[in-house]
Amino acid sequence: MDKIPILRMGNFLLVTIQVDLYDRLALNLEADLVQMVSKTNARGVLIDISAVSIVDSFMGRIIGNIASMSKIMDAETVVVGMQPAVAITLIELGLPLKGVHTALNVERGMDLLKSMIGTTEEEPEEEQDDDYLTE
Amino acid sequence: MIISLSKDNIQVIREQDVVLLRNRVKEVAVKIKMGLVNQTKLITAASELLRNMLRYGGGGFCLIEIVSKGRDNGVRLTFTDKGPGIPDLSLAMKDGYSTGRSLGLGLPGAKRLVNEFDLKSKVGEGTTVMILKWANG
Repeated sequence: MDKIPILRMGNFLLVTIQVDLYDRLALNLEADLVQMVSKTNARGVLIDISAVSIVDSFMGRIIGNIASMSKIMDAETVVVGMQPAVAITLIELGLPLKGVHTALNVERGMDLLKSMIGTTEEEPEEEQDDDYLTE
Repeated sequence: MIISLSKDNIQVIREQDVVLLRNRVKEVAVKIKMGLVNQTKLITAASELLRNMLRYGGGGFCLIEIVSKGRDNGVRLTFTDKGPGIPDLSLAMKDGYSTGRSLGLGLPGAKRLVNEFDLKSKVGEGTTVMILKWANG
């Protein structure tokens, strides 16, 4: 059985979808991700779909579900790397993916996640370091 | 007058067949030099209809054809199942209507993504959906 790997990076979970998803695989990913959010106390989920060439209404619904499920588990979801042709198709299909945060690439997605959950624990430390250096 | 240049009939009974069929459609679309956006629209529409066929029709056949009209080339897909059929076609074509628990975008969405769309259904006998996308349409 195929499985899509979920990587943990600090407070975040990273998912890169590299294969064409069929329904069972997408449903498994949905379940696995919610489990992982609970297990790892993740605050954010980043899903990279840059290698996905087809997003139909079923896949769109799964993406929306993942975002809503993570939300009620207190984690934010950002979908990154959508191909232009996929974006055009989704809108014509009538699926604007409302309620799903998106970013152009992984880097911007990470920034968005950090700004959404507020990295308050790290910032004061950095400030202190700066003060120390200037003194 | 639309002429069919090549024919390929593929049986779809399992979920995994969807990925296989999407790849076949892609091959054909690339062969007639269809642009990437149109390819994506065609394959997405095909994916919606395949899912319907598996879910409501219990599987069936997909006929993949390269067609030509004058100087235009296109891909025509015909999905045929022997499922229960659709009692109310206009209701089935309405955005947001679904007898399953899905978004109800499949049929109307697929229609928006292609150039020609034809839905025929008889209760108790089955459903046939034809879609056609021109390479530069």
